[in-house]
Amino acid sequence: MARPSAPPNFLTAVLGKAVGWARTRSMWPASFGLACCAIEMMATGAAHNDLARFGMEVFRASPRQADLMIVAGRVSQKMAPVLRQVYDQMAEPKWVISMGACASTGGMFNNYALVQGVDQVVPVDIYVPGCPPGPQGLIHGILTLQNRISAGEYPIR
Amino acid sequence: MTTPSADPMYEDLAGRIESARFGDSKGQVIVRVPSADLIGFVDAAKEVGFAMFIDLCAVDYLHRDPRFEVVINLLSIDPPARVRILVEVPAGESVPSITGVFPGADFYEREAFDLFGVEFEGHPDLTRILLPDDWEGHPLRKDVPVGSVPVQFKGTHRVS
Amino acid sequence: MSKPPDIITGDTEAPAFAEAAKQGSVKPASERRVTHDLWLSGTEGPTDTGRFTDEGAQEMLLDEDPEVLAGQRGTLVVDDYGEDAVSDEVTQIINMGPQHPATHGVLRLHLELEGETIKRVKPIIGYLHTGMERTAEALTYMQGPTNVTRMDYLSPFHNELAFSLAVERLLDVEIPPRAQTIRILMTELNRVASHLLWAATTGFDLGALSMMIYGWREREAVLGFFEKTTGLRMNHNYIRPGGVAADLPDGWEEDVVAIEETVLAGLADYEGLLMGNPIFIERTQGVGVLNPAECFAFGVTGPMARASGIDFDVRKAFPYSGIENFDFDIPVAQHGDVYDRFIVRFEEIRQSLRIVRQAAEAMPLGDTRTEDRKVTPPPRARIDQSMEALIHHFKIFTEGFKVPAGEVYQAVESPRGELGMYLVSDGGAKPWRLHVRGPSFAHVQALPAMLTDSLIADTIAALASADPVMGDVDR
Repeated sequence: MARPSAPPNFLTAVLGKAVGWARTRSMWPASFGLACCAIEMMATGAAHNDLARFGMEVFRASPRQADLMIVAGRVSQKMAPVLRQVYDQMAEPKWVISMGACASTGGMFNNYALVQGVDQVVPVDIYVPGCPPGPQGLIHGILTLQNRISAGEYPIR
Repeated sequence: MTTPSADPMYEDLAGRIESARFGDSKGQVIVRVPSADLIGFVDAAKEVGFAMFIDLCAVDYLHRDPRFEVVINLLSIDPPARVRILVEVPAGESVPSITGVFPGADFYEREAFDLFGVEFEGHPDLTRILLPDDWEGHPLRKDVPVGSVPVQFKGTHRVS
Repeated sequence: MSKPPDIITGDTEAPAFAEAAKQGSVKPASERRVTHDLWLSGTEGPTDTGRFTDEGAQEMLLDEDPEVLAGQRGTLVVDDYGEDAVSDEVTQIINMGPQHPATHGVLRLHLELEGETIKRVKPIIGYLHTGMERTAEALTYMQGPTNVTRMDYLSPFHNELAFSLAVERLLDVEIPPRAQTIRILMTELNRVASHLLWAATTGFDLGALSMMIYGWREREAVLGFFEKTTGLRMNHNYIRPGGVAADLPDGWEEDVVAIEETVLAGLADYEGLLMGNPIFIERTQGVGVLNPAECFAFGVTGPMARASGIDFDVRKAFPYSGIENFDFDIPVAQHGDVYDRFIVRFEEIRQSLRIVRQAAEAMPLGDTRTEDRKVTPPPRARIDQSMEALIHHFKIFTEGFKVPAGEVYQAVESPRGELGMYLVSDGGAKPWRLHVRGPSFAHVQALPAMLTDSLIADTIAALASADPVMGDVDR
């Protein structure tokens, strides 16, 4: 029963927005803490800064249950395959926040041991600057990601 | 920090191993021990009272003749005193492992082996510890470049 | 690996690998490594990645030499673990980490189990290896604290202090009393913050979830003061060779008093919550025991050693920065279990606050940097007036200052134990070698001694009580 008068993409667009809105309100981060930034990530989730206000306080230990990977800290050459494996285990759709200078670029450690930017291993959606970024910085990064998702912008991979 | 002559512990220790040469570095007691007498000296130090194993590391003096030096730190709790043992290791030669005396030296010797390639004879499990198993070379040697890679700025998606 | 024992049908036979090992059909060691099958995205099943894991880890082998086993189990230290090495019965190797919520970082443990009992533990480290000792050789002494402060990220001030003291010992410079007292004030506040975080995460691991909320809440009070003073909540680069980077901010006395009151009130709450709680007592007393002999053998220091009855504290034994002028006690417990580590650390928070109070009361007036102009950059106001000061400022920040040749070992008491830095200078502006003796490195090494022959459920409690900071272990 074709109805040529209706715009063909009307329903899809609205559903996409509704899904996007729903997704932003239940983004569960995988607890992928590595170094100093992990402490700030925990501080963001703890009492004072209370990440639960944004519907994402549930840090999941299992990547199978997580949508968002916050790479918090420096990624060593030894850790990079593990990181990729954890990322592969996450269910789609999934996003990655690269938290801090070390995860984004290698930071001040331009040497043999570190991966110079986690974007060489996994695709990154949001880079949060700072060494380490404060909880406010991380929350800003998360909110930016939420806005992008609810606006229906998906990263092109 | 007391000097060797003032402290009976150091005197006792100096009397036990004759080849050990005591010295002073910025007010801290150092002992140079030939690698053949290392186990005997560490054993004696433990008996004398330096019973806590604190640290072991290697240093690469690239332009000196015995190229490497292994530095061992021992601690006495009561009275509080430290002794630092320096062992010269020519490139390509090994040092006796002190894991038989202090099992705590296990990880430290593996680290020195991993980063400098100094071999410890008699170590039960001398494998890489910090770097991946398949790593080539020993990155803290002075003739190895720092290994930095040029920083790349990858194309990212514009946030609009 | 073969199929697991089937409990429903009663087929509880040993897995095939153990059978093969018994019958002597054992492959050479290089082929005996247990491979993991990886699930790669987009594939339908696990992919065989070859004989080795691609993680490059030091795998635990199914049967290794008795000597190796003894080394890993810690039986070389004291032999109260029983006669046998790993028994002939069926054991199972499980992997824990490196991505595990309770390992306090990226520590990986291989546990060989016999039922619920841990027979062997092999800690695998290096997942956070940052090459900091190498980076330190590429930075000047001025820039050095920026590097070392990121090592043990829960006690950045202690790292900076150890490095600065080592450099100052080589330089032989005098530090003004105000700078010294500020150093004591900041490091002791840092100890409080670190122990609070330890109590929060360890309580969380033991199931005391409210500790997670309270510990972080009190820690934020301390971190607020750090941010006010240094500009950053962590990784401060505040204590530098020659003094401290800046003077304390206006109104710091009130802040310190407020911190003290908040933390002391909180501490009473924690003790009320935890120390009498039957579940908590059951989970901590007699768990993860280290005896003094093991502490000596493995170089276990700090609160861990003090919980085992070793009365040693670097602050008392080898005082630094004038800490000998302060009145404080060293808490020592005797059982060496997780419960006693709680007692010791809680008491250390009190003692640190005592030092903080004395430091705040006795804070001398004066300069916060040494008078030695070779080491200290000129004051900001002088740069506007004097060309020489501008040149000096430029030179000291681009080239750094030269440090006389020599080698020195400097230890401070970090919240985890003895944090030592071995610094070798060749007379240039950059260190020839910097080796860091991290307390957590020794503590991770002592895990086999703590865990062997205990139950697997106690792994988390024992591991958390050691307070390992992986940045400190791997560097």
